[in-house]
Amino acid sequence: MTVSGIIKRIGGVFLVLLGVMLLIFIMLRIIPGDPVSVMLSEHVSQETIDRIKISMGLDRSLPAQFFSYLKGAVRGDLGESYFLKEPVVDLIAEAFPYTLKLAVFAALIAWAFGIISGMICAMFNNSFPDYLFRGLSLFGVSVPIFMVALCLQYLLYFKLSVFPLSYDGSFGSMVLPAIALGWNSAGSVARLTRSSLMEQLGSPYIDTAMAKGLSYKGAVIKHAFRNAMLPIVTMMALQFSGMLSGAVITESIFSIPGIGKLALTAIQTRDMPLLQGTVLFTAFLIAIGNLLADVLNALLDPRISVS
Amino acid sequence: MKVKDFIRNRMAFFSAVIIILIVLFSLVIPAISGFDPAGQDLSSRLCPPDSVHFFGTDELGRDVLTRLFYGTRISLLVALIPTAISVLIGMILGITGAYCGKWVDFMIMWLADVTLSVPGMLLAMVVLYSFGGSFISVFLSLVILEWGSIARIVRSSALSIQESEFITAARTMGVRSLSIILRHILPNLIPTIIVLFTLNIPTSILSESALSFLGIGIQPPGVSLGLMVNQSRQFLFDMPWLALAPAGMIMILVLAFHFLGDALRDILDPRSDI
Repeated sequence: MTVSGIIKRIGGVFLVLLGVMLLIFIMLRIIPGDPVSVMLSEHVSQETIDRIKISMGLDRSLPAQFFSYLKGAVRGDLGESYFLKEPVVDLIAEAFPYTLKLAVFAALIAWAFGIISGMICAMFNNSFPDYLFRGLSLFGVSVPIFMVALCLQYLLYFKLSVFPLSYDGSFGSMVLPAIALGWNSAGSVARLTRSSLMEQLGSPYIDTAMAKGLSYKGAVIKHAFRNAMLPIVTMMALQFSGMLSGAVITESIFSIPGIGKLALTAIQTRDMPLLQGTVLFTAFLIAIGNLLADVLNALLDPRISVS
Repeated sequence: MKVKDFIRNRMAFFSAVIIILIVLFSLVIPAISGFDPAGQDLSSRLCPPDSVHFFGTDELGRDVLTRLFYGTRISLLVALIPTAISVLIGMILGITGAYCGKWVDFMIMWLADVTLSVPGMLLAMVVLYSFGGSFISVFLSLVILEWGSIARIVRSSALSIQESEFITAARTMGVRSLSIILRHILPNLIPTIIVLFTLNIPTSILSESALSFLGIGIQPPGVSLGLMVNQSRQFLFDMPWLALAPAGMIMILVLAFHFLGDALRDILDPRSDI
């Protein structure tokens, strides 16, 4: 891993973020008709439309608008929410801790379950535990997240009353959303752990370790697992940035006031600056997640270089 | 040979049968059930399942079974068409990038990176904000969501095919670029493309249902499985089947296409012939 490799990679991240900004900017402004009347989505007088247009700077040419938005974004100013009348950055800063808490919790549950069940599958290949956990992980990747959430609400709130129905600030009320959000990730981590570990278990160095007197369990945990973790760590970094930015459904079902809910509010109230800001922020998180995944991979495996 | 492999692969065969049955039912049931998917009957609201309404009725007295298969029809349509379009776009751009290289490749991959670095749901939300919740905008948002990853995979497969000696031979013989692409690269990419198409269908089904569930995808009076789950959420604790039937249908469809895609990959993988 060279310094120039990392610098090149960071340059790439900036280029992609600039592209995201341009894409979102264009997409929100090629609206058929006038962006302000779409935003208001009701009949208002032409004077009101003109007034809002001027106050939001939408009367200027598109390149001028883009550059002033870009300049603001670099300084940490993403404009003001039209509906909530607050700076977009403040709203994101308010919402982000909730999303972060949810993502950390979901990731811990998902990874613990995913890695352990993947290991069991690989160690007991083609026997009952393997089939059981493989079936479960398949459910993990194929069940829509809202179905998981609704089933959890039905079973653990309505039938057994173990956890509250929606988020109320308590620790317990984070459990159901975290399981719902982590469900898919657990499935994919389990599948990847299984295949990656199986590949390592077929390598000659495992036979050597066992010939030297190490038990099968010891060989799996001390040798195979460490090498098998490489692709899993990459996947985990990507999943985590995905959870931070893509929890729209979970946050909406469990009423968690996080980033996803903010984006949904933005689209429901037709708040263009807020939608633009949240999308840009999440793209930033994903880009950082991808970069971290690459760097982590290079740190863990000297054979890979960042560039 | 391939057909025999397909039938021998139990998972693929079983999934294909399930998909065919669901498609057949979704074509036939709304036509023969005798109920209109939008026909309201306020005198029989929220009926539990009985011999007339096998899955009961919803809050407006509409037959759930009819709506279930009608919604499946729409969800399948919304899944198939955008997937086909994104595979086509991804294929053209992926091959072009791989073949032209240099700045064309750079631009295409940059564009793919850009769309891939925005979370799918949020990117779709931006499209739906601009174009409203209609069929066409759901189609468009799914295409924008999916083409990037397809283009990347096609590009890397095309790059490895280009390294082959038969391509060098064709070039040395003076074959034109277009016919190298159409006659030599494309036929070798077909297995990859078929697998990509099959494996992207469940992604589309899940994305469409998620958008409709959030109330920003297909809008009423349209019917879609995600929208049905959303509408029956309020009755979850009293009549769970109203939400679970459409959600279960999504799950069966996703699983079936997933298995089919996996099996097709095994069967079509040229290495498995050796």
